Amino acid sequence: MSGTSLQNNIRMANQIARNFEFEQDEEKAVAAIATHIQRFWAPLMREKIFAYLREDGSGLAPRARQALERLMENEPA
Amino acid sequence: MLQYYQPQKDFGTPARVSDQLVTLTIDGVTLSVPEGTSVMRAAAEAGIKVPRLCATDQLEAFGSCRMCLVEIEGRKGYPASCTTPVAEGMVVRTQTEPVAKLRRNVMELYISDHPLDCLTCAANGDCELQDTAGEVGLRTVRYGFEGANHLDQPQDTSNPYFTFDPSKCIVCSRCVRACEDIQGTFALTIEGRGFDSKVSAGQATDNFMSSECVSCGACVAACPTATLTENSIIALGTPEHSVVTTCAYCGVGCSFRADMRGNTVVRMTPNKEGRANEGHACVKGRFAFGYATHKDRITTPMIRESIDQPWREVSWDEALTYAAGRLKSIQAKYGRNSVGAISSSRCTNEEVWLVQKMVRAAFGNNNVDTCARVCHSPTGYGLKTTLGESAGTQEFASVAHADVVVVIGANPTDGHPVFASRLKQRLRQGARLIVVDPRRIDLVKTPHIQADYHLPVRPGTNVALINALAHVIVTEGLVDEEFVAARCEHDAFQAWRDFIADPRHSPEATAEITGVDPEQVRGAARLYAQGPNSAIYYGLGVTEHSQGSTAVMGIANLAMATGNVGREGVGVNPLRGQNNVQGSCDMGSFPHELPGYRHISDEATRSQFDAAWNVTLDSEPGLRIPNMFDAALDGHFKGLYCQGEDIVQSDPNTQHVQAAMRSLECLIVQDIFLNETAKYAHVFLPGSSFLEKNGTFTNAERRISRVRKVMPPLGGMEDWQVTMALSEKLGYPMHYSHPSEIMDEIARLTPTFHGVSYEKLEELGSIQWPCNDDAELGTPTMHVDEFVRGKGHFVVTEYVPTEERASRRFPLLLTTGRILTQYNVGAQTRRTANSAWHPEDVLEVHPHDAEEYGIRDGDWVGVQSRAGDTVLRAKISTRMTPGVVYTTFHHPFSGANVVTTENSDWATNCPEYKVTAVRIERVTSPSSWQQRQREFAEQQAALLAAARSS
Repeated sequence: MSGTSLQNNIRMANQIARNFEFEQDEEKAVAAIATHIQRFWAPLMREKIFAYLREDGSGLAPRARQALERLMENEPA
Repeated sequence: MLQYYQPQKDFGTPARVSDQLVTLTIDGVTLSVPEGTSVMRAAAEAGIKVPRLCATDQLEAFGSCRMCLVEIEGRKGYPASCTTPVAEGMVVRTQTEPVAKLRRNVMELYISDHPLDCLTCAANGDCELQDTAGEVGLRTVRYGFEGANHLDQPQDTSNPYFTFDPSKCIVCSRCVRACEDIQGTFALTIEGRGFDSKVSAGQATDNFMSSECVSCGACVAACPTATLTENSIIALGTPEHSVVTTCAYCGVGCSFRADMRGNTVVRMTPNKEGRANEGHACVKGRFAFGYATHKDRITTPMIRESIDQPWREVSWDEALTYAAGRLKSIQAKYGRNSVGAISSSRCTNEEVWLVQKMVRAAFGNNNVDTCARVCHSPTGYGLKTTLGESAGTQEFASVAHADVVVVIGANPTDGHPVFASRLKQRLRQGARLIVVDPRRIDLVKTPHIQADYHLPVRPGTNVALINALAHVIVTEGLVDEEFVAARCEHDAFQAWRDFIADPRHSPEATAEITGVDPEQVRGAARLYAQGPNSAIYYGLGVTEHSQGSTAVMGIANLAMATGNVGREGVGVNPLRGQNNVQGSCDMGSFPHELPGYRHISDEATRSQFDAAWNVTLDSEPGLRIPNMFDAALDGHFKGLYCQGEDIVQSDPNTQHVQAAMRSLECLIVQDIFLNETAKYAHVFLPGSSFLEKNGTFTNAERRISRVRKVMPPLGGMEDWQVTMALSEKLGYPMHYSHPSEIMDEIARLTPTFHGVSYEKLEELGSIQWPCNDDAELGTPTMHVDEFVRGKGHFVVTEYVPTEERASRRFPLLLTTGRILTQYNVGAQTRRTANSAWHPEDVLEVHPHDAEEYGIRDGDWVGVQSRAGDTVLRAKISTRMTPGVVYTTFHHPFSGANVVTTENSDWATNCPEYKVTAVRIERVTSPSSWQQRQREFAEQQAALLAAARSS
């Protein structure tokens, strides 16, 4: 995956997470972020960001990372 | 339906609505009409036409022409029937010897100062003066024609669309009144007194073009003589038949009569029976239809191996076989998900339905998206989440019942002019107005209208401002507690109330963010909450932000909190940019949902489509437009079918889009012109304009209206036929013989459309969905007794600043939009005389900024962002807030979107067109992108010329 498009996906995931930062219940926030990505991101985008998560993932905000880890667990490799 | 040409029926004065009926007798006919009806209208309803010149049912009675005199038993003299209201038991005689003589004498005076050139007059056969002279039996003019007259008055031909010939004017004031009462521009007046009275546009030194006139055509439609005549009628003659259809421009979706001579449109006349526009129009729909037969139209399919090769004109069969072959080989090589499609809101419901069907059934994936992605996708998300349906809540006519109107991030006088005229009518009647916009848009102060509040919000901070408004409502006890308790989810409301009551959302605390005076915010919030009927209208100034969806939800919160949903005069009203934005979204054009806004993962919904289409649909969402570009640059997305959309010009970060297009192995463009996107295409399939096909559009008020073919498609096929043929080549044949059959399928598979059919549209004229067993005639107002989702859902709307901020390097904020005379990428309007008003995109700069950067009006200015740079001509304008610059994107070489960035709405990826940090400086030459673009355009023009000459 090219740097630009990976960066776009990382930015989008973090942006979604930022919009759920208000949620004090961490579990609720992570679930909402995961649901949003599940419902609106094509598998190709999810697969690529999962690959990034496996390799590094340091650019992801904590809640975005948790949400993606949760999604990754539920998706076939 | 083909209709031999007849002028639209005119009852003389407007209809009245009243429960109280009044019974009277006119020429021996007894009838009952609503109280307040004029004698003239009552007569017309009884089938009796009283001669008239200054009266029309589009305008309130004026009583100046003295032609409609009647006799009324028990009354002295001969009252004017237009200004005389009916009374119980009234006995009227419209045709007696005395009134006939009076009318004839009055007509004789008119004609004594009128050219006797009926046979060569453009209005011959379609002239009320001519008709009325006949009706009153005028046979002679005793005064002769030698006295003082106006026959030598010069014509005003300054307007490209109509001619003003004052020698034919009878000074009935219909044009002046139409400009005032219908359009609300007040550009016309009667200058002088007595015999010297004459119609004048603007000041005495003005002509129509230099005046305030916005060329809506209301004056031309109102004129009973040939004084104001369409130039197309002068050139081509009067029509012989007409066909009712729907405008192809903005989301108002005006109904028109295409007045025809054979296959030639000689005039577009706004349809009085059209519910969206009720006989009004704007300069685009009324006059800018010439693009449909412009010489730039491409009517023969073309193919080429690569974009540096000349085009080759081929047969439809060869082009479609080639296109399908390339798509199939791409899928064989790169996988099923390596291809997709983009549809357009300029296409019909039936066409976009077929595109998403072909993608899902023939491509075998969900990689379909539509241009609503880049305009109103946050509306779909936000209103679905809060209210339960991805659509506005009202019909346009609802605004007539509003007491307070909030316009947020919309510029209706330019973007939705016919709705703006309705709105202005209501404001002139006394409704209060709040405008939230960084620019001082025309609506803030326009003749007889002054906004109570103009909140010049800093771009990118809408959510903070909406929260501040909500904070005032919650903390000052302005919540409609009864409504909320009965209609909304309790826990979600409590969570929102606790959140919004926090002092950090107060107008004072957020003023530093929004730049808006806290007292103004408090005043506006109180005004909105007090209503009693408060309505919000919003546009792309809300949606095209990094928090576009959040702002939409914030607006819905405001409406629910104040009980302003579920009746006339209130509601949440997105003003859709293009004519079929609502429809294209309804038709399942987004990659995550099936028609009717049902998620693709929903097995029950999917199974209905599986069964109907005999396929197994993919349950995963597909790529959205920006994701397609990224995937193309990654090498994962290789084939695109783009119908009616010019993504290279309209989408943000042009250089990114261009790079994505270059990386495709097969780009198929279906359009009426070789647009900017088509310059990167391998297959060009000629599209058909709205005049060349059948179908339906759905406007911003959910109104489904027929589009009717008035001429054969220039390329030989209507767009739906092209998609069907391509699908067949891909191995998935579809079998429709007419778009009505596609609508039947839409109705079968979409619950909100269950009751819609062409037959019902024929019967009712138009239908607002939902239309089903619960609402057989459609639904003008939504959420009346309960929300579509059951209880209204308040959403916590935390303000998250955009990452795009002014900085030392890029100290100004650029916001983009559109102008009255041009439309979207300008592919249509640039090929009409509308360019006389807007020949180029300009950069509007506040005088303070202009001074700081040493820029004068008319200078070339370089505009640079982190995405790219372009050069535009400067226009110094006090409409701007200091620190904010503005431009439009109607011209391809302007490169407005070279500057806009990939930032987008967090929920939907709708681009953040409204906030780009830029710097500006005076320059003397075009940008490097513009120079490259010009070379590329010249190269592509040569490659096209090669095809045409071979």
